[in-house]
Amino acid sequence: METINLTRLGWESQDFVRRVEAESEQNVRSCYQCGKCTGGCPVAFAMDVPPRQIMRMLQLGMQDEVLKSSTIWLCASCTTCTTRCPREIDLARVMDVLRGIAREKGSIGVPEVAVFNDTFLRSVKNNGRLHEVGLIAYYNLRSKHFLHDVLKAPVLFFKGKLKILPGRIKKVQEVRRIFEHTVQAGRERA
Amino acid sequence: MKFAYYPGCSLHSTSKEYNISTRRVCRDLGVTLEELPDWNCCGSTPAHSTDHLLSIALPARNLAISEAIGMDLVAPCAACFNRLKTAQVEMTENPRLAAEVNKVTGMEYQGDVQVFSLVDVIVNQVGLDNITPLVKRKLSGLKVAAYYGCLMVKPPKLVQFDDPENPHFLDDLMQGLGAETVEWPFKTECCGGSLSVSRTDIVVKLANDILGMAKANGANCVVTACPLCQVNLDLRQKEAEKMYGTAYHLPIYYFTELLGIALGHRPAQLGIDKHIVDGVNLLSEQGLAS
Ligand code: SF4
Ligand code: SF4
Repeated sequence: METINLTRLGWESQDFVRRVEAESEQNVRSCYQCGKCTGGCPVAFAMDVPPRQIMRMLQLGMQDEVLKSSTIWLCASCTTCTTRCPREIDLARVMDVLRGIAREKGSIGVPEVAVFNDTFLRSVKNNGRLHEVGLIAYYNLRSKHFLHDVLKAPVLFFKGKLKILPGRIKKVQEVRRIFEHTVQAGRERA
Repeated sequence: MKFAYYPGCSLHSTSKEYNISTRRVCRDLGVTLEELPDWNCCGSTPAHSTDHLLSIALPARNLAISEAIGMDLVAPCAACFNRLKTAQVEMTENPRLAAEVNKVTGMEYQGDVQVFSLVDVIVNQVGLDNITPLVKRKLSGLKVAAYYGCLMVKPPKLVQFDDPENPHFLDDLMQGLGAETVEWPFKTECCGGSLSVSRTDIVVKLANDILGMAKANGANCVVTACPLCQVNLDLRQKEAEKMYGTAYHLPIYYFTELLGIALGHRPAQLGIDKHIVDGVNLLSEQGLAS
């Protein structure tokens, strides 16, 4: 097991906890480590650091370890932990905030997930809606999973479910405006 | 009963049958659905994983359109419902955020729209008492595992709908239609929907756990109210069978499809012929397909 040098974790790392608390509007320091979040997490088996331990690392200000974990990307946002936490901490929201900060610092533990999110949002920005065929094609290109059958596109196409060309909403500029005023503005975080 | 209808992106593509069956049963039940004009994607998990303001502003545009036409909003998709409801609640509770969001969308949403999930409208607003007299045939022979997934019932503070650990509204509905429902512990286990494309390995394992548990408890089909759940369990079933050396043959129905069968429609009229795992045979065997 890795040794943690507590004296190394100085003021700077406390700033990290404060920022996570402010952005998520959650009291991370009130977690008393009961482990209920990990116990109910459907994806814990695949994570390198279980959710309870992420909470402890946050309390200790272990910024780098938290931000490089696969956990924050593999979290499926099911909100089981949020539902069960006896301290009423919205962990799913904490995970959202951590993904944002990790991205800002260029620390992306599971690139496939980030590429998928970007690809999805790109389609929404361009068309106002998600276009599945475009999503699959572009995702395969970006993630280099060229032969990946991600959504079993041919089967679905045969079933008459997928459209080849994207349907675009009429006022797509209104959706683009939303993107321009949020993510693209490189908005000051709280 | 009249609502602005928010189908969401899934119901226009991978989950066409949910759209088809929803429209058909709503017509029968006297629920008028008017598709929300020029609706946009709710942003789903990629938006809230990326930027909080974006994740509120995308649904907020839909809320504003709904308000402008003076109707409450109904969404069949559990994920869309969850995001629309989140935006509605957060903007109501936090006027500063509401003002910021309105600046981003350039629209003036005042907070006058209620957001409902379709299953809530059917079970609680139409109500079983008004549905059962319309039933043309009982769903006898179906042993249903009612699968709720996460986003319809969690987090309870947000969705305010049934018990998040042991919900029963789908069980009640199915029993009311004459089906048998099985007791099983995975009613609200997550299927990993948001990882469906990026981490298929994880999703196939989760699907296998859920399908295996349904089968072990005697189900001959699964019913759901979420397109992400349906697509995962339907599309990944063969892969799960191959990877884990099992055989499930479990049709995964939308609750609107089985409701439509009980109301006397044929499987093809409800889009059941579009499933990957055949959903028509089981109905034929029970004399429910004609
Ligand atoms: S459930 Fe809540 S209190 Fe318990 S370990 Fe997880 S975050 Fe901490
Ligand atoms: S929200 Fe994320 S961390 Fe919490 S239980 Fe679900 S997958 Fe695990």
